[in-house]
Amino acid sequence: MGALIRYFGNLDLAEEAFQESCLAALRKWPGQSPPHDAAAWLILVGRNAAIDTVRRQGKQEPLPPEDALSTPEDTEGSLAQRLDDAHYRDDILRLLFICCHPELPATQRIALALRIVSGLTVKEIARAFLVSEAAIEQRITRAKARVADANVPFETPDQPERARRLAGVAAAIYLMFNEGYSATGGDALIRAALCDEAIRLGRLLLRLFPDQPELMGLLALMLLQHARATARLDGQGAIVLLEDQDRGLWNRSLIEEGQALLDKAIRHRSRGPYQIQAAIASLHSGAQRYGDTDWRQIDLLYAALEQLQPSPVVRLNRAVAVSKAQGPADALAMIEPLARELSGYFYFFGVKGSLLEQLGRKEEARDAFGRAIALAHTPAEAAHIRMHLDRLATP
Amino acid sequence: MLYVVLCYNDEDVTGSWTKEEDDMVMTRLVAVTDRLEKAGKLGPVARLMPTTAATTLRKGGYGKRLDPGPEPAVVTDGPFAETKEQLLGFYVIQCGGLEEALEIARELGQANPGGAYEIRPVSLFFPGGQVAARSHE
Repeated sequence: MGALIRYFGNLDLAEEAFQESCLAALRKWPGQSPPHDAAAWLILVGRNAAIDTVRRQGKQEPLPPEDALSTPEDTEGSLAQRLDDAHYRDDILRLLFICCHPELPATQRIALALRIVSGLTVKEIARAFLVSEAAIEQRITRAKARVADANVPFETPDQPERARRLAGVAAAIYLMFNEGYSATGGDALIRAALCDEAIRLGRLLLRLFPDQPELMGLLALMLLQHARATARLDGQGAIVLLEDQDRGLWNRSLIEEGQALLDKAIRHRSRGPYQIQAAIASLHSGAQRYGDTDWRQIDLLYAALEQLQPSPVVRLNRAVAVSKAQGPADALAMIEPLARELSGYFYFFGVKGSLLEQLGRKEEARDAFGRAIALAHTPAEAAHIRMHLDRLATP
Repeated sequence: MLYVVLCYNDEDVTGSWTKEEDDMVMTRLVAVTDRLEKAGKLGPVARLMPTTAATTLRKGGYGKRLDPGPEPAVVTDGPFAETKEQLLGFYVIQCGGLEEALEIARELGQANPGGAYEIRPVSLFFPGGQVAARSHE
């Protein structure tokens, strides 16, 4: 996709071309073994398909030189050579910087980056932003139109410009990771690949900007979360809560790397949301058993996060820490004012139900869990809530 | 005679290995190192974390002078990147975190000014030890 956009300088065309080449691959690869460089093959087929499209539409757009047009079989080898691995990998990061164009409002930038670069569906992006699919569709359409109107060249921004776009790129990577981590619909393997890709991009970004504590924080956060991946789902694909996870399954080397990065970040004494979240994740990773978790410290970190980035979701997370440190009544009082803002949020009703359950308010707890089930995105989420309901049903 | 074998590769490539690929390489390596260990030929082995986890201490002092010089040591993020200096040795230290590691590096830098230390966390470490005992024989 990155290579196609660079080639055509047009998002829609490149997106279409990418889909065409994937279709071609699906038709062709089952019959014969995939070409030795699948990426190069996809780029080439996509490029040729898009050129066909342009010709059909009879548009007077300047076409790439004719010698670039040939059958995949002919050029596969030489193209694969030119697209050496390191070079191709950078394409995705470059593309992220392009999408995070300063003329686009932040929300449009990130939506565009997620759609184009990470190939997330509109539904997945909508979920990440807690808004409707229609709203996201509109953001992406507007973003594309604005990029087209402004006649913005799809060039890689230079060093100072890159620094200005950094926050948007980091946010897009973070959302990409979250989408993989929270395992919405779809294939679990694809979700894991999304997390791996986000981590890879996070590493690349930190190498480009080695002295940015927030980028260290972002990478640390992703590594610390990802370290728990294998323990988060059981054999049947059901969610295993933090308190029930087999901590022996946590990936120690990822945790240590996350910790080392957080150590580096803290030395800068310039706190930021990613660093704070990484510090919270690090406290979880550092607890030998769930009972050892330092909830008071986690509560303080969430309070700091709220100061920097006030949001109902942060408050909801903080309430969980408060419920552990001070008890469910205080936590419930904290989240009740959020009811309107989070009325479409699965976790809100999950947490609320659980707090009510702890307070022995069974009827209300059942009610909250019922709403959570209605908002669940995956069978695993729904199954988890049903388990709570079953527990409520037994005296 | 003791030798060190320093490992260089493109971390973009090694970092994109799947867990299965990584495990496979490690298994093949262990087959070699096990044999070396049994023969008493293997000392400490370390696998380092990616360069993104590195911090560099540019030491005070300069040139041929052996005094630490007036300017303090400077800490920068990332790996050692200059090419005019050469790799001359390394220390493995046990410490509570980056601050302590930097403290130790500063102290070493006072004793041996000039150049730089790259401080990189170790992700895997096998102490070995047989060869160390032999070198004192």
